[in-house]
Amino acid sequence: MNAVDFILSGMLAAATPFLLAALGELVVERAGVLNLGVEGLMALGAVIAFIVVYHGGGHMLAFAAAGLASVLLSLVFALVALGFRANQVATGLAIGILGQGLSALFGKTYESLTVKGLPKLALPGLSDLPVIGGLFVQDVVVWLSLLLTLMIWAGFAFSKTGLVLRAVGENPKAAHAIGYPVIAVRVAAIAFGGLLAGFAGAYASVVYTPLWADGMIAGRGWIAIALVVFGTWLTGRIFLGACLFGAVSLMSLAAQATGVELPSQFLSSLPYLVTIIVLGIISANKRLLKLNGVASLGEPFER
Amino acid sequence: MSAFPHLVRRERASLSATVLAPLAALAIATLLNLALYAVMGKSPGAVFHAMLLEPFLSWASFSEVLLKMGPLLLIAQGLAIGFRAKVFNIGAEGQFILGAIFASALPVWYPEATGGWIWPAMLLSGAIGGALWAAITAFWRVRLNANEILVSLMLSLVATQVLNYLLLGPWKDPAGFNFPQSVMFQYDAMVPILIDGTRVNWSFPLTILLSLAAYVFMQKSFMGYKLQVGGLAPRAAGYAGFSEGRAIWLSLLIGGFAAGLAGAAEVAGPLGQLQRSISTGYGYAAIIVAYLGGLHPLGIIVSALVMAAIYIGGDNAMVSAELPIAAVRVFQGSLLIAYLIAVAFIRYRLEWPKAADRRPA
Repeated sequence: MNAVDFILSGMLAAATPFLLAALGELVVERAGVLNLGVEGLMALGAVIAFIVVYHGGGHMLAFAAAGLASVLLSLVFALVALGFRANQVATGLAIGILGQGLSALFGKTYESLTVKGLPKLALPGLSDLPVIGGLFVQDVVVWLSLLLTLMIWAGFAFSKTGLVLRAVGENPKAAHAIGYPVIAVRVAAIAFGGLLAGFAGAYASVVYTPLWADGMIAGRGWIAIALVVFGTWLTGRIFLGACLFGAVSLMSLAAQATGVELPSQFLSSLPYLVTIIVLGIISANKRLLKLNGVASLGEPFER
Repeated sequence: MSAFPHLVRRERASLSATVLAPLAALAIATLLNLALYAVMGKSPGAVFHAMLLEPFLSWASFSEVLLKMGPLLLIAQGLAIGFRAKVFNIGAEGQFILGAIFASALPVWYPEATGGWIWPAMLLSGAIGGALWAAITAFWRVRLNANEILVSLMLSLVATQVLNYLLLGPWKDPAGFNFPQSVMFQYDAMVPILIDGTRVNWSFPLTILLSLAAYVFMQKSFMGYKLQVGGLAPRAAGYAGFSEGRAIWLSLLIGGFAAGLAGAAEVAGPLGQLQRSISTGYGYAAIIVAYLGGLHPLGIIVSALVMAAIYIGGDNAMVSAELPIAAVRVFQGSLLIAYLIAVAFIRYRLEWPKAADRRPA
């Protein structure tokens, strides 16, 4: 298998943790809330899923438990940031630290243990194509994530729920004045973001690299937050960004396999460096950010 | 009226709530975490004793608390200045690591050098290294409009890899049995001990001195005032002609300088070499220290002491009560959450729904 085949066939799976977490954060930010705790939410989901699978609970239950745990932690964020109107940046950081701490605490006795991942499902016909055939052999979570991406895109574009969510994020006072429950919408968005972050963590620990190591999320939650900015709050662009990061994280593996002489530490920091560079390029275009950004992002709502 | 109690804005901020908030947060976080330990099958009493009392019971362990307090205090003072200007530098961890690397360059490259100038030069070069690392974030924010939270955090992750590269490659101690660590530094590369029989060195009084400097800067100087106005009312600061770009540069350079100095003091102090584990999350814990101290230079001195005690106490509890060290991170996170709830009562009071307001269901 050459490097191109390797990256094409693995890209979507590598992209899935980024994609799920970023889609969750997209919904949260569209509602006007900045939750910086994604890394901690993912870490908690990852450890819960791993423990469930390790004790024979199966992947279905693992994703459910991981989602539930991360929803609960994200509701703590909602209580503090919305209920007590605390600074959202500080609250997100606190949730991040707590989530990573709980993850390390629960995962302590599982360090370096492994579980079985999920089988790959091939799309008949397409998977036999030359070069790009590998794109169509993916596990079930990848296929469902692609479906979810489509649904979120359609939800924002066509549904009333999507419209209400955006109204709450753009102008909460006006949304409140015409009778929409601003706080309830935001809490729901935060819980949805928590659910997807939990799934993202679960995918990372029991499907993508089914091995437990403390700190295995390794900044992917933060990159997911950056992806929302890269994608200028648009579902399709976030999907492309997630694929780019999936490819970048595989490139380091591919480079090592092809014998390119670079320090492995440089390759490991490649995703972070790419994040910094792309963030600079996108953010320098202030008009683009203003056009698509969320007007009330990070501001508390008071009647 | 809903059936839930709701927050009502106070006419003026409550002074008693300001003082009580960190104490209440500490009490609540302690209770919650003790309950967690009980669920984990550890004796809450034993953990409480090991974690929160023991650090203060003997001079030997209290001196370790003071040693731990140094980096936390230094980093938090630098971060708090930025936070008050609403510049969220959360990459102190990376600035700390770069400070440690810059300071280590001297003894690693010149292991034979002698003279009393070496350790001061290391501290200075560490502080400059931290400031340079933070300057990348400042440039990205001011010139490219990029979010400083994400950039500074990504740079911390990169810094860890730079450290690993040096310790596994060019800076690895050739006689170190392949451990990822540098050579042990020579005598003159170590900050002199302040209190005999302990590991507390002269960087501690320096840290206290810099805290007082932070107090004068933030509370008494015009520049500090400009930073605070920029944070509280950015538009007013703009009309008054206070440059936002300059505030961002200044906040990040001060934060990086302080964190870099802290990193230098660690390698030139208790560690005596560059190691992989130079930071046990100081850069992140310092964010909590800064908030818990109310972002006030004097409050931060107290909160740094408390956080340092929790670190040392966590080590104690790991030995005596077999508590995993991750419990310290859980405690830190829940402490900040409890504090953020408690500070709501400075500006708001809770109003319970009156019976008359309740509509029959």
